[in-house]
Amino acid sequence: MNEKIKKASRHVSQSEGLIFEKSSPGKRAFELPPLDVPGVEPAKALGAHYRREGVEGFPEVSEIEVLRHFTRLSTWNHAIDLGMYPLGSCTMKYNPRVNEFVARLEGIATEHPYQPQDLSQGCLKILRLLEKCLLEITGMDAITLQPAAGAQGELTGLLLIRACLQKRGNPRKKVLIPDSAHGTNPATAVIAGYEVENIKSEAHGQIDVEKLRDLVTEDVAALMITNPSTLGVYEQRLPEIAEILHAKGALLYMDGANMNALAGVTRPGDLGVDVMHLNLHKTFSTPHGGGGPGAGPVAMKKILEPFRPVPILVEKEGGRLALEPVRPDSIGRVKAFSSNFGVLVRALAYILAYGPGVRQATEDAVLNANYIRKHLEDIYDLPYSLPSMHEVVFSDALQKKNGVNTMDIAKRLIDYGFHPYTTAFPLIVAGALMIEPTESESREECDLFIDAMRAIAEEAATQPEIVKTAPHNTRVRRLDEVGAARKPVLRWKPATKRGEAAD
Amino acid sequence: MRYLPKSPAERQEMLAAIGAKSIDELFSSIPEKYRLREPLKIPGPYSEAEIIQYFKERAAENAAGYTSFLGAGVYNHLRSVVTDTIIQRGEFLTSYTPYQAEISQGTLQAIFEFQTLMCQLTGQDVANASMYDGSTATTEAVLMAERLTGRRRVLVARSVHPEYREVLKTYAKNSGLSIEEIPFAASGTVDAKALAGALKNDVAAVVAQSPNFFGVIEPYAPLAEAAHAVGAMFVVAIAEGVSLGLLRPPAEADIVALEGQSFGLPPSYGGPFAGVMAAREKYVRQMPGRLAGQTTDSEGRRGFVLTLATREQHIRREKATSNICTNQALCALAATVHLALLGKEGLREMAEQNLAKAQFALAELLKIPGVRRTFDAPFFNEFTVELPRSVKIVNSSLLREKIVGPLALGTPYPELTKNALVCVTETTSRAEIERFAAAMKKALEQPV
Repeated sequence: MNEKIKKASRHVSQSEGLIFEKSSPGKRAFELPPLDVPGVEPAKALGAHYRREGVEGFPEVSEIEVLRHFTRLSTWNHAIDLGMYPLGSCTMKYNPRVNEFVARLEGIATEHPYQPQDLSQGCLKILRLLEKCLLEITGMDAITLQPAAGAQGELTGLLLIRACLQKRGNPRKKVLIPDSAHGTNPATAVIAGYEVENIKSEAHGQIDVEKLRDLVTEDVAALMITNPSTLGVYEQRLPEIAEILHAKGALLYMDGANMNALAGVTRPGDLGVDVMHLNLHKTFSTPHGGGGPGAGPVAMKKILEPFRPVPILVEKEGGRLALEPVRPDSIGRVKAFSSNFGVLVRALAYILAYGPGVRQATEDAVLNANYIRKHLEDIYDLPYSLPSMHEVVFSDALQKKNGVNTMDIAKRLIDYGFHPYTTAFPLIVAGALMIEPTESESREECDLFIDAMRAIAEEAATQPEIVKTAPHNTRVRRLDEVGAARKPVLRWKPATKRGEAAD
Repeated sequence: MRYLPKSPAERQEMLAAIGAKSIDELFSSIPEKYRLREPLKIPGPYSEAEIIQYFKERAAENAAGYTSFLGAGVYNHLRSVVTDTIIQRGEFLTSYTPYQAEISQGTLQAIFEFQTLMCQLTGQDVANASMYDGSTATTEAVLMAERLTGRRRVLVARSVHPEYREVLKTYAKNSGLSIEEIPFAASGTVDAKALAGALKNDVAAVVAQSPNFFGVIEPYAPLAEAAHAVGAMFVVAIAEGVSLGLLRPPAEADIVALEGQSFGLPPSYGGPFAGVMAAREKYVRQMPGRLAGQTTDSEGRRGFVLTLATREQHIRREKATSNICTNQALCALAATVHLALLGKEGLREMAEQNLAKAQFALAELLKIPGVRRTFDAPFFNEFTVELPRSVKIVNSSLLREKIVGPLALGTPYPELTKNALVCVTETTSRAEIERFAAAMKKALEQPV
């Protein structure tokens, strides 16, 4: 880009500084209605020592500048609305707009969590119906909607297990986690007060059931398993795994991150799973929003029900719903107020749109992943050849021969108009390409993606440099991540007297 | 189904290309006996119109049309339509964590701006990209203090939001932390004597909230001094961010946990909100959550990336600073847009209006015989009054006047039965305050 061009040009390359750099004293973007009560001298009401003379450095800009600033920033993002976003394990599906509409309704968005429950029956009915739907989909007995995200759901699930085992006399010491698991699993186990023991997967990437039999002792509280695994492969011996655990008094936790492969087809509750979380921002289409908010409801078997976080939603006589704040065996609260309610509203709207047809979404998601696999498996290495469910994991082994790795391919994919797949995960695949198309992609979009991936494989063989230096037509080229971490600049500061940025 | 972009013929053609005879073949790895044979028993499918109708019916069963004097951690503030316009742009709404920086510069720069705004507000050096909410931010701040000090005792003021304390206890239970509560003095602020008595050199953190749960402003300096004297960290929780437009920031704090709901986010029956954690720069490597950092690309242009990821679960697994992954990014974006719109003057003016309205409301209520102020320390937009009769009874009379009355304090604080926490913001009109005071007077005059 020509640095002399200060005026906005084509959007991917247009100039746009920080909001702070547009600030000039006296500009305003927001005006309040006039004060209708007597004014108060803050120093007098508060005491002079509490008084602050405005927030130093806060921007002073006009409304059009704010709108244009953030609109311009938005054009530098890829998004589901622009095209396929096959980020494996993240389930980047279409986010229906009616869900946004209903979450903003007067009477929904406006409600205060402490208003009387008789004046909250609408909110509570929404929570109740969502509970029922999720229980039906998971085949479990009880549920809590409180956790704010998947990782918090994991923690809630492990705390339930801990409380249950404690009640039986011994909370135990260890949680077993396969080496293919998401990083949140081991991080969560530690917060729940457990040691982590990693289990190596067997040759096909599945849980090594024979080895598991030896590992499950009276010290083991639970096994955390993702099904389908992060390889996108269904864990066929799950019921047997559950039996091994149960025989030793341990419990089975299922990470529901990949529920988009199962909804409507099979139910974890029928497979021996004792407790699981759901990522509503994955399977149930609530927007990822650049990194949240999500919600991570936890569904469980009856044995764990008494330990659920308070408050508990209960049905009183005459169908009146209430939130009960006290339960003697509860693990306590994991979050203030009821839940990420607005996210739950959107998830329910999604479920109502499909009804039992949720199964069709699952089938299409699996169809798309297999279609892509079929058209790429001759040119990309498939390290584990078991049937794929909703995602497929290749490796860069073939392209590596020409010095091209998974990150290079991912960056080149950007030039072809796609968001990259998940790179370098799961850890059991060296140089992984983890592709999850979801059901939201048409055959046409899948074909475009396949064409792009095939073209890149060709480039990797014939002109690897173009792949290794990608992306070529984004606003910025590859960024210096090492420099960013070595000398972190984590905030803007005003220019110093010499006219240079303080940082 | 309108969300699925395939015709029946396309499905068949795709199956043929794969070499599968039927869709069931793709699910053959699921043993037959575990496959569902019956359709799920869930309502639907519903058209868009039916979905809107369902939620409108639920909305009508809630409190629309009532005037509320509730705060207690969730506040009604003015919000510009511009904020919602921006966060509904698909490029922000339907993208994810900016792992691929080259096509996520919009989100990354917005996070960088959010981090800057949070530092400016709190008087701290660094802030992260968001936590779930104020309660979990406070909890994570305590866990961070534990890592930094290697100590296990935590002193938490009883004037910290009761639900924040509950969340902290849930997390602490299995981390070997012992949580002790410090009472409040007659003024409503932390009982300095009790704190001094409990402070020893085994304390990891002292946690206070300001304005505290009673709306009272805590003086930071003596608390910080007492904590630092024994090598403990001083953690400040802030549930009402608008107060920072008028109140001196907690510069003495080592870690600040802030609830960002007041910055452009609707009450939404309790969430989603935006937790914030801010701290001294020297502690950044023990911070949880995402951080956006400024850097340059291969051609020297300014750009932003997620940085210091070696603190995080996807790299460090069981050794990570937290298990947080997905946070509240879109809520943080809403706060960024909202604060950019308000700007320096707008935030100050909003804060001043809150102060003036709360002062006016208190004066109106104190005109009613038998109503007393519980605490005499300065307050921002919430205050506590003692009523001559049960708050519950008074509130049920208020409901008949379409008023949702103040929060009864008797449940979280048994010693404060008959006390109520009143919240007034810039959205509460003088007429509403006067109507509230009149209804309160009437309720108190009614024979028991």
